Amino acid sequence: MVHWTAEEKQLITGLWGRVNVEECGAEALARLLIVYPWTQRFFASFGNLSSPTAIIGNPKVQAHGKKVLTSFGDAVKNLDNIKKCFAPLSKLHCEKLHVDPENFRLLGDILIIVLAAHFGKEFTPACQAAWQKVVHVVAHALAHEYH
Amino acid sequence: MVLSPADKSNVKAAFGKIGGQADEYGAEALERMFVTYPQTKTYFPHFDLSKGSAQVKAHGKKVAAALVEAANHVDDIAGALSKLSDLHAQKLRVDPVNFKLLGQCFLVVVACHNPALLTPEVHASLDKFLCAVGTVLTAKYR
Repeated sequence: MVHWTAEEKQLITGLWGRVNVEECGAEALARLLIVYPWTQRFFASFGNLSSPTAIIGNPKVQAHGKKVLTSFGDAVKNLDNIKKCFAPLSKLHCEKLHVDPENFRLLGDILIIVLAAHFGKEFTPACQAAWQKVVHVVAHALAHEYH
Repeated sequence: MVLSPADKSNVKAAFGKIGGQADEYGAEALERMFVTYPQTKTYFPHFDLSKGSAQVKAHGKKVAAALVEAANHVDDIAGALSKLSDLHAQKLRVDPVNFKLLGQCFLVVVACHNPALLTPEVHASLDKFLCAVGTVLTAKYR
């Protein structure tokens, strides 16, 4: 089980309460598809991903980004039980979606940068460290049921 | 991975905007890396790594200078960083995985201090650039 200090929990839940999940989710997913274009392989059905502008404005990207980050919120609400919480999603990503777990790490890194851009100096090194731990644990949980 | 003309232009412009703050960004990137990825501290047992450390500031300046040099010679990063590449291969031997960690922290610093600078396109170009720098610095490892 992952050990979180009281400070880490405070940094994580404190920030999360002020995240616009719809906006940040859309931005994170769009940036994933722009910065690491090979990740577009999972979204052939999303229509126009031909340019950064197209990706950012794509309603399917926006909707899916919101969905992904909302799900992420479940991790924040269940910090002491992330593996169990994400087991069904892990199975889904393995068995139905066939997503290489490396992609969870890429998205996690992107999310950190989106949070940094939104919160600026408030995203202190300690805050970054706590959040980098969250994304790492979530990525690990999402990969856990892979077989 | 190849830097397109647009990437090179984005990188040059970004570092132009960062300007004199590069030293500060370098130091803060290191600070964040040591806090976020404690295993990276193993390369600096001889450093005072406490907050505000003069050694970290000085080292951050060196790191920033190398990035600026690479950005100024973005058409030939390998040439520009050849001596640094030798140093990392022969003496420092920092495991290649760590360059990505520092790169991530550098992007976070830019995002924190200058979010307007980090549009998705510039984010992509800088990420590619930082990867390219890491590749050059580890190119002679074996």
